[in-house]
Amino acid sequence: MTRAGARSAGEPRARIAAEAPLRQEFLAAFERMVLIREFEHEMHRLFLKGEVHGTTHLSAGQEAVPVGVCMALEPDDYVAGTYRGHGHALAKGTDPARLAAEMLGRASGVCGGRAGSMNVIDLEHGLVGCFGIVGGSIAAATGAAVTCKRGDRVAAAFFGDGAVNQGYFHECLNFAKVLELPALYVCENNFYGEFTPMRTVTAGESIAGRGAAMGIPSQVVDGNDLWAVHEAAAEAVERARGGGGPTLLECHTYRHYGHSKSDPATYRPKGELERWLERDPLDVARRRLEELGVAADDVEAASAHAKERIREAGEAARAAAYPDPAGERPAEFAA
Amino acid sequence: MSPPAAVGELEFRVAIRDALAEEMERDESVIFFGEDVAAPGGVFKATPGLQERFGEERVFDTPISELALAGAAFGAAVTGLRPVIEIMFGDFMGLPMDSLVNQAAKFWYVSHEQGPVPLVVRSAVGGGGRFGAMHSQSHATWYQGIPGLKIAAPSSPAEAKGLLKGAVRDDNPVVFLEHKRLYSVKGPPPDNGEAIPMGLARVAREGSDVTIVSVAKGVPDSLGAAELLAGAGIDAEVVDLRTLRPLDLDAVLRSVEKTNRLIAVEEGPRVGGWAANLLGAVAMESLHDLDDAWVVATGETPIPYSPPLEDAFLPDASAIAEAVQERLGRR
Repeated sequence: MTRAGARSAGEPRARIAAEAPLRQEFLAAFERMVLIREFEHEMHRLFLKGEVHGTTHLSAGQEAVPVGVCMALEPDDYVAGTYRGHGHALAKGTDPARLAAEMLGRASGVCGGRAGSMNVIDLEHGLVGCFGIVGGSIAAATGAAVTCKRGDRVAAAFFGDGAVNQGYFHECLNFAKVLELPALYVCENNFYGEFTPMRTVTAGESIAGRGAAMGIPSQVVDGNDLWAVHEAAAEAVERARGGGGPTLLECHTYRHYGHSKSDPATYRPKGELERWLERDPLDVARRRLEELGVAADDVEAASAHAKERIREAGEAARAAAYPDPAGERPAEFAA
Repeated sequence: MSPPAAVGELEFRVAIRDALAEEMERDESVIFFGEDVAAPGGVFKATPGLQERFGEERVFDTPISELALAGAAFGAAVTGLRPVIEIMFGDFMGLPMDSLVNQAAKFWYVSHEQGPVPLVVRSAVGGGGRFGAMHSQSHATWYQGIPGLKIAAPSSPAEAKGLLKGAVRDDNPVVFLEHKRLYSVKGPPPDNGEAIPMGLARVAREGSDVTIVSVAKGVPDSLGAAELLAGAGIDAEVVDLRTLRPLDLDAVLRSVEKTNRLIAVEEGPRVGGWAANLLGAVAMESLHDLDDAWVVATGETPIPYSPPLEDAFLPDASAIAEAVQERLGRR
């Protein structure tokens, strides 16, 4: 989405989406969602084979949020992600092959194997970092927004519902509002903070209500609907570029896997996952593309292309060399 | 307010302000923000006039949100600015620790050196002001064990100016400690007004009998002790470390090679302190040069409020001199 093309709120969605260039754009976004889904499946598979180490947090089921938001951003805008951050990186443009190599601890990884799954940084694509500490992304994007205020760039933070009970959330949203920073706070509310249901640990009616209490435009968004996320994000980005300050989006979504690799997610009530799977964001997008007149073959081709890219990325990563401890000459400090 | 400095003399708080102003003048990417620093000019009056001079976009007041301050500095630093923030008192440095330790300090290495993190965190530290347990301690050792962070603690007005300029120009996060009891100290301005790079200690006084190592207010205290010791026929060398990370171990080893005795003076507890850590490093490298090595530190309690209690708690020139004389059996 170009800056000039950012839409104002209230324009009829159907008319906009019917425009041919936009159709192409949403098809490309769908492909990116498939790319994330396939990446997560591949990491799951490689983890079980012992190729991905430590732990990993998969975002399958949540793809519409980062993809919808990043569609509304320019390449030189910034994002900050979480330890469930593979989707954040891929949505912003990180090369899946280099990301896969990072997961496998290889020298060709986007951080040379130093970061692993939880802490990916890709400045070239505007990813200031993924943060292993809950809420850290909120601060990083807030700071990037301080820089952005000098130009017309914006910074977006992705974070989960667990982060809204951290000091980072409260301090940074207030900080951003009083300074009217061009920031976009995107809560991926998947209804569980690690193993604990959000409702049992989060006071108040909604997360969006917390932003509203600070005077920040805030709304609840269907986080499994790419179009809904994109529309809300585009409006927020336009407001931020126009000097209107930060926005909070509470995107309702669901992770298909457990919290981390050690979590079989037995705490979920029976039938909950199945209900969410009926609204799988990929299926929602697929149906919508068909409604918009995108040929089924084109949708299949996009999906197949994404799958092929991940297959190649996984293969390349497995074939890549590990960093050589003897050859590493790490500098503690930037000189 | 203290009386104005004599002609040609520089007051420590003015050195801080001048360093910031000169760096902001020199580099458009330098910004400065914190609690009460802009319009009010800082609780220790170190930064008045900067907002008027450089505008509200570059110098601004913030909410009392230390974690947001540090996070904002980190995010701004990795996207092209050179933020300087003030966390008013060092005691508050527990609050922003996650951002400084997990974000700022790790970024350069973990990113595989994708970009620098040029930020400075200024704080007022140290006892002697009757501020009590939560406004008097130093956070240097909380941060000393963090790879990727630098820690500077100037000892005089000239040093403050040079080291702050050096910290602002450094491409890494720098934790910058300003001792409260130094703000009103006046001294000669720096010879050349240049930035002092992080990691280079200096010999503040040459001597041959014993090496006294310290930072910040500990340096003038050690110089005072050296004068007292000179009266007793003991010729002390005083080394000002300037930065605790990087630590200029070589400078200490050179001095110890000459004096064979090392005393490290720390305004803080000995256990877990930088002074004891320094002794260990010197022993590892140059045990053969050492006849004696010890630490003068505070007690192992929080800092008390009552003046007689606080005065007894903190090492000063006479306490350092007495410790040396006692150790050398000259009393």
